[in-house]
Amino acid sequence: MTDASMHETPRKSSIHTIDARTKQRNASESRFKAYGIAAIALGLFFLVVLFVSIVRSGLPAFTKTVVEVEFTLTQEQFEQAESQLMKTGAYQDLFIAGIQSQLDARNIDVQADPAALERLLGKIGGDIRAFYSENPGMVGEPHVFGLSASSRVDGYFNGRVTRETLVDSRFLQASDLDLVDALFEAGIIKSAFNWGFITGADSGVDNPGGAGIGVSVVGSFFMMLVVLVLSLPIGVAASIYLEEFAPKNRWTDLIEVNISNLAAVPSIVFGILGLAVFIQFMHLPQSAPLVGGLVLTLMTLPTIIISTRASLKSVPPSIRDAALGVGASKMQAVFHHVLPLAMPGILTGTIIGLAQALGETAPLLLIGMVGFVARGYPDGFVGGFVEPNSAMPAQIYTWAARADASFYDKAWGGIIVLLVFLLTMNIIAIILRRRFERRW
Amino acid sequence: MTVKLTVSALAIAAAATSAYARDNVQVAGSSTVLPYASIVAEAFGENTDFPTPVVESGGSSAGLKRFCEGVGENTIDVANASRAIREKEIKACAENGVTDIIEVRIGYDGIVFASQQSGPAFTAFTPSDIFNALGAKVLKDGEVVDNPHNTWAEFNGDLPDAEIAAFIPGTKHGTREVFEEKVLLIGCEETGAMQAMIDGGMSEDDAEDACLAVRTDGKSVDIDGDYTETLARIDANPNGIGVFGLAFYENNQDKLKVATMSGVAPSTETIASGEYPVSRPLYFYVKKAHIGVIPGLKEYAQFFVADELAGPNGPLANYGLVSDPELAKVQQTVADEVTMGEGM
Repeated sequence: MTDASMHETPRKSSIHTIDARTKQRNASESRFKAYGIAAIALGLFFLVVLFVSIVRSGLPAFTKTVVEVEFTLTQEQFEQAESQLMKTGAYQDLFIAGIQSQLDARNIDVQADPAALERLLGKIGGDIRAFYSENPGMVGEPHVFGLSASSRVDGYFNGRVTRETLVDSRFLQASDLDLVDALFEAGIIKSAFNWGFITGADSGVDNPGGAGIGVSVVGSFFMMLVVLVLSLPIGVAASIYLEEFAPKNRWTDLIEVNISNLAAVPSIVFGILGLAVFIQFMHLPQSAPLVGGLVLTLMTLPTIIISTRASLKSVPPSIRDAALGVGASKMQAVFHHVLPLAMPGILTGTIIGLAQALGETAPLLLIGMVGFVARGYPDGFVGGFVEPNSAMPAQIYTWAARADASFYDKAWGGIIVLLVFLLTMNIIAIILRRRFERRW
Repeated sequence: MTVKLTVSALAIAAAATSAYARDNVQVAGSSTVLPYASIVAEAFGENTDFPTPVVESGGSSAGLKRFCEGVGENTIDVANASRAIREKEIKACAENGVTDIIEVRIGYDGIVFASQQSGPAFTAFTPSDIFNALGAKVLKDGEVVDNPHNTWAEFNGDLPDAEIAAFIPGTKHGTREVFEEKVLLIGCEETGAMQAMIDGGMSEDDAEDACLAVRTDGKSVDIDGDYTETLARIDANPNGIGVFGLAFYENNQDKLKVATMSGVAPSTETIASGEYPVSRPLYFYVKKAHIGVIPGLKEYAQFFVADELAGPNGPLANYGLVSDPELAKVQQTVADEVTMGEGM
């Protein structure tokens, strides 16, 4: 049938007049181009939406509302507070009394009973105690403290809490907002950049103002260090052997299949392995970036091996042959000629593997890095590996699960910090790749 | 070069860990207790010279399982639980050499039913309502049938004519047990379904199990994550009813409205007095063998139950914990390191 119709219309083709078939082909080509552009546009659109929503939700985490007043702690008050079990609570009460006397001294006429001021303030006792234990000489001297307001006052300034939606509770009452407005007028309550968020450690669930991601950035850094130092050499050595030296037989086939399978294993499985092998069998410490790094190394290895082998394969055989031809040994050919040419590809694979590892939470669940880990900065280089710490994605996950909506902002802010960390890693990789790149 | 680097890295790691003894308290368990434990852990780090304890979540059962894995630095010291430890778990503990366990009750937690602030008027429930809505088999016209109800108004005209959609804690949560015992079972008895099942030839135990079964046709959804997940589900579904802890609800009053249970509104006062029926004690369990080995363990336990923290005016009560009227007794237990079985 089709044969017959084709014979009936003999083709009179000319390159000057475009016939129907050519038109059709051209049309389908431009259609395909349009699809491609639409796909890219869609991708870009989602990227922009994602980026805008992350930045918009995350920015409140970088500012905080502070209560700034001059405060003097007498020696007697200091000793009295230090003698208590809940020293930070005592400092908090002293500071509230300090605010009241400041209000009197500066003739600011507002109704400020201690209970209302308590609701306005965040958990600040820890900050005060930390200040005086670092600067014992400041006892008795006046000092201007800028301490975080409560999460709801913070929410009032960034629009999360409004007079309409506020339900009177022991956390904040509608009448307190008048006091907040008055103190804002007087310059006692103000917005400030939240350095503590970038440098600090996690805080208790009732203290969103004190929460920071800095310590978990350090945790992630040490984990990435472990992953890099272990998985890059092991991965590269394994792939060079498999690609250049190993005989092609059933065993190497089996190994190859297994490596591909490992790359597809869900990450939580590695977490279970980590718990069983590293913590229960090898007795490595719990919640330590070292163990986290080891687990993530297992997860990253297949990715690195696969991409390294691909980039070794992509080096033209003529280069190997030429090297062998002028008398280089196989090892010299690989290390002097093939490996340098494959380096950019290896680096790309490594950075993809590291980026994946950086964002992984599931394997960390079982080795104790997800939860409340607020030990502060590790003690020295070795401490960075073995002292309990969290990791950025784990920290973000923990915050997102907390009751106080203020922690939700913190989670978004944490995502921004995570992205910045990732970007830095990628930029370093690109610079390195540029330096290694060789053309032939 | 690469091989050398790897070997030296491993050597450093091995040397570092062998010289490194754990100096912090390691806690895991109930996600209900986690907020309180994190408040205490932070304050403990700020107020003492000990490092801040690490508190992990994961659920009461998972926490107790890890607690019972054995004695030693690579096991946890404290398990948080939103229910009492079970006989079975005590046995499992003993098999692994964890014999001396100190049980510490920190206070009470209320379980509330809440819905979207702007949703239908779910303001008053009884256990019977919840059972009629969520039970797998209910009593209808004198017969035990597979739950036929689609809306709340079908069995109680006072409730809104809205599609049944409930988000209840999954089975790994301690909260689920309280929900079953204090709501479903009571509702089953009150509606007469339990009696009807027994009359229908079931043994009492079987009838009780049947009462606790929740319908599986999608109207009741198990939430295995945290309360924030439940909140997100409620946010997306105006007809949704969720089960929350009192503290979580109080922190999110601008988004949630709470329902009374048998006419009593949940609050720290009604829970402390026992008027509000759906509440449960919260615990943590301490391995006595670790006291004196892990620095700060006993101090942490004592700090947790001190009046300044767990008392009626402490930060835990301020966050939503109903403080234990017998706190002084608990403090004594911890101070004397009385293990389970000894003091009873």
